[in-house]
Amino acid sequence: MKYAFYPGCVSKGAAPELYRATIEVCKKLDIELDTETMEGASCTGSGVLQEKNEKLGDTLNARTFAMGENSGLPIMTICSTCQGVMSQARSRMADLEYRESVNSSLSDENLEYKGQAEPRHLLWIIIEDIGIEKFKEKIVKPLTGLKIAPFYGCYIVRPSDVLGFGENPERKHSLEMIIEAVGAEVADFPGKSACCGFPILTINEKNSMKMVSNHTLSAKKEGAVAMVTPCPLCHLNLDGYQPTASKQVGQPIDLPILHLPQLIGLALGIDPKVLKLNQHIINTESVVSALALTP
Amino acid sequence: MHVDLNIARFDPESGEKKPYREEFNIEVDETSTVLDGLIKIREEVDGTLGLRCSCRSAICGSCAMRVNGKAVLACNTKISDLVSDENKSINVEPVGNMKLIKDLIVEFDTHWQKIKAIEPWVKTDAPPPEAEYIASNESMMELIGVMGCIQCGACVSDCTVLAVDESFLGPAALAKAYRFLADPRDDANNQRLKDLNEPAGMWDCTRCMQCVEVCPKGVDPMGRIMKLRDFAMEAGYKNTTGARHAEVFSDIIKNNGVLNEFWLPVKTFGMFNIPEMLKLAPIGLKAMMRGKMPPIFYEKIPGSKNITKLFEKTKVV
Ligand code: FES
Repeated sequence: MKYAFYPGCVSKGAAPELYRATIEVCKKLDIELDTETMEGASCTGSGVLQEKNEKLGDTLNARTFAMGENSGLPIMTICSTCQGVMSQARSRMADLEYRESVNSSLSDENLEYKGQAEPRHLLWIIIEDIGIEKFKEKIVKPLTGLKIAPFYGCYIVRPSDVLGFGENPERKHSLEMIIEAVGAEVADFPGKSACCGFPILTINEKNSMKMVSNHTLSAKKEGAVAMVTPCPLCHLNLDGYQPTASKQVGQPIDLPILHLPQLIGLALGIDPKVLKLNQHIINTESVVSALALTP
Repeated sequence: MHVDLNIARFDPESGEKKPYREEFNIEVDETSTVLDGLIKIREEVDGTLGLRCSCRSAICGSCAMRVNGKAVLACNTKISDLVSDENKSINVEPVGNMKLIKDLIVEFDTHWQKIKAIEPWVKTDAPPPEAEYIASNESMMELIGVMGCIQCGACVSDCTVLAVDESFLGPAALAKAYRFLADPRDDANNQRLKDLNEPAGMWDCTRCMQCVEVCPKGVDPMGRIMKLRDFAMEAGYKNTTGARHAEVFSDIIKNNGVLNEFWLPVKTFGMFNIPEMLKLAPIGLKAMMRGKMPPIFYEKIPGSKNITKLFEKTKVV
């Protein structure tokens, strides 16, 4: 299985540990990553650019999709926000007339989005291309006894119609499926598909921090020892700003937040250091030592 | 068909101390809606069950409630879509973000206050025309989607910002504000934008799309809020953190093709905004100590010039 890898800005910038962990995990899962095809691909616009100019955002994504199509490989993402923004762009460009007008801007570079490329998150690829049973066979260090809270990130769950939940209903529970497949237990809590607060961090920090403390504390109440997310932007807020959130609510939180590939990597027996679990703001030692105790 | 409706109950007036759950096991038709099920319970099992409904046809907006955790109109939610051979149970709760009166009935007062606050009527400067006000077909077609709002409160219920801050105007009122801003007959755009540009207005939306997902009428409140932001920036309201963030973000992509997380907050707040810089510093420092400071120098993608060109080509008209 080979994919054109679209890492997204954050895994190349503020969350390098996600990039590393993805590379290591894909090796173990026999997922071959072509890291060159997408080198010239731009940011998806992350919804912010679309706020100002939707068509421009769609044009940038059409350009990325065209690069994927030219390589003949399916596109893999590792960010809920990238995934959602791309899925939305794709759904708008299902309209032929609109797609043609978008494509007309790409002609300088000899690129054309033909409507075939369908970027998918690693989370979905594991379930849809590898298959959950096959994936389970690869687990060498089941995370038995660990209770993990899922946190999706808005853009990978809404709007459900553009994300293909109709044709692929398992996408709705994909994160829980992975948590169970790696041998851990799901700490279910009401905020799992709510907003992490990142988009309003600079606009209304108080509200943003309240979201962080609400989610992390309610996950802890359900017994979670860690939270896992397929979205590096959620990670930035839930991990990077957890100390600020904790100060605001006036109580300690200390809930480690793992990137999806890090959780999977632990169960595949990859060294936590290789997965860069030491690069988090919230110390992940508690997860690593809990894991050391499992048989 | 058999179904177990697990209903949130609470009647503070009769002295109950806290909400509790009650399960009703009933038989319904294949075509029954959740509302049909609730009415059956009220008529045949427990006449004290509190709920609102009227049209039963997704028109009046009275029957919004949370079904399996998501705000819906009970009258257009079919039971058969929610149950399976293994799972016959459905959770029914009142809508969120509003004060509970009894069982599934909530207080809409705060919602109406916010709708009123945006002054939901056409304001004109010119003296009234002799006959009716004329608006073009196209402009009204654009408004039709947002005029379809039936004020059911589903978007308010599931709004993730209202869940942490009740002062936020919220999706329904902001969508309503858009309805008047985009109305060619309205002359009050400047004042409207000025008000909506304030804290708790358009910039406080976190773009989580809950409102888009739950709206039973396709109003797309968040899409309207994004349009409000567009209007505000175009009208020159550029001095909010939100507007600057959008501007800086766009510039960084335009010049480099990819984002730079170091400069985004720094430029959004302005380098000489000392209090905000002091707040950012410890976070940056911590990240640096973990070996993951975003690069201070811009990294461009190969061929980033092509991105700049696309920006110039696809200017907003
Ligand atoms: S009863 Fe009128 S909308 Fe449901």
